[in-house]
Amino acid sequence: MDEAIAFRIAQNDNVATALCPIEPGTVRLTGADGLPAVQALESIPMGHKLALRDIAANEPIVKYGVTIGQATQPITTGSWVHLHCMKSNYDERSSHLDPVTGAPQDIRYE
Amino acid sequence: MNKGKTTMNWKETTWQGYGRQNGAAGIRNKVLVIYTVECASFVAQEVVRQTGRSNVEVVGFSGCTDNEYAVRLLIALIRHPNVGAVLSIGLGCEYVQPEWLSRIATEEGKPTRWFFIQNEGGTLPSVQKGLRCVDELCAALTHTPRVPMRFCDLVIGAECGGSDYTSGLAGNVVVGRLFDQLVDAGGTAIFEEIVEAVGLIDVLAARAATAEACQQLVDTYDKALDYCKSVRQYSVSPGNFTGGLSTIEEKSMGAIVKSGTKPIEGVVKVSQQPDHAGLWLLDSTPDPYWMQFGITNPNDNEGLMDLISAGCHLTFLVTGRGNVVGSAVAPVLKITGNHQTYTRMEGDMDFDASPMLTGHCSQDELTGQLAGLVCAVAAGQPSKSEALGHKEYFIPYKYQECIAQKRCAQQA
Repeated sequence: MDEAIAFRIAQNDNVATALCPIEPGTVRLTGADGLPAVQALESIPMGHKLALRDIAANEPIVKYGVTIGQATQPITTGSWVHLHCMKSNYDERSSHLDPVTGAPQDIRYE
Repeated sequence: MNKGKTTMNWKETTWQGYGRQNGAAGIRNKVLVIYTVECASFVAQEVVRQTGRSNVEVVGFSGCTDNEYAVRLLIALIRHPNVGAVLSIGLGCEYVQPEWLSRIATEEGKPTRWFFIQNEGGTLPSVQKGLRCVDELCAALTHTPRVPMRFCDLVIGAECGGSDYTSGLAGNVVVGRLFDQLVDAGGTAIFEEIVEAVGLIDVLAARAATAEACQQLVDTYDKALDYCKSVRQYSVSPGNFTGGLSTIEEKSMGAIVKSGTKPIEGVVKVSQQPDHAGLWLLDSTPDPYWMQFGITNPNDNEGLMDLISAGCHLTFLVTGRGNVVGSAVAPVLKITGNHQTYTRMEGDMDFDASPMLTGHCSQDELTGQLAGLVCAVAAGQPSKSEALGHKEYFIPYKYQECIAQKRCAQQA
């Protein structure tokens, strides 16, 4: 799969899921009809989310047509959406995890 | 690659099942060897190993005390339509009574034997006796009547384990589609993992078939959320985050997709069977006060066992990252939405749902292919895990009240 593809589930989703590792450039969208493509601004790992439009701080992140959390800072179209810029509305602990490895940062093994 | 045609006649397709006294039909005809305490497990395992028959398998409870939840689960497995005969083996000093388990089997019209290892004179005589019992039970099973079954007779369960980003995009989507079709055909579908429905109570409650079902869903959700808050831990792991899931809400929505879109008839607890067809939620969370007494989903096989105790003839395990397990009592079909996982673990994975993501196959075509596989396995074709000999089981100590309708019953 040379072409960069992301999957948008519902029409009103403001993020899509990368089906392959994405580098800056054009990303084709599959899934829900609508947007044909978006410009990725940065590298996005496979399975991670890509912003489909500008999202303000505290605005809901919408996937599957439902709120899956909220933005903790302004997010620009085409950027990577993960723990560094969004958080759960329920699970406090996960907002302290390392955005890349997912490892907990609130506990030390001594 | 998935095999078979992509359409299914949901109303008319039939296969031959095994008729039971209570009117239900099974898709397998098994001899279940049950041990009633860990001290009896070696003998029970040895009987199953030495008999070498693929339809003889072992389950058991390790505790000496008769935890009600565990005993109810053993009884539910004895009554399960895939089970044709039962051998109960005890050590001789435990609380759980093998004779009483055999009596349940007798009431169900299922041939049964039981004995205590202490009375037989130890390991070797007990294994010899167990092997004779199994031979007699297998001979009795040759008389089990064959009956036609259709999708409307089937109960199918679904859970996910080892999820990745594809689970919510493909694996669970195809299961949800199949559940919609199964329910339309008059069958029964059961999904679980309410601890992976965080943030989604409005979505679930809006699908309640009745006001009573709505109350059950809300109560079950509140209990699960209390549980997560009290242990300050949600059902999402570092691997999930690395794989791209950012919140429990996101993981939850991916998990809920496997329930499809049909109305939810209500909530059943572990070892309780739905009283009519349609879509149901299984609640496996421990009940309050006893929260510390057992954790909600210790592993995937516990979840599968819970679904089977609710009467599932077969189960779907949706796994993006891949899994190898099967289960005692009911076949497991492992479905992945991750094509790399499918090709890397093709000997274990039953179904590849990834063609949907790349646009190579429509959701309807894939659902038809999965239905074809369900039909073949229901008719006797071994699932991948059955062919490999996987027959895992897991019955923990836990506390749950008998039924989910407590608050509603009080209101009525």
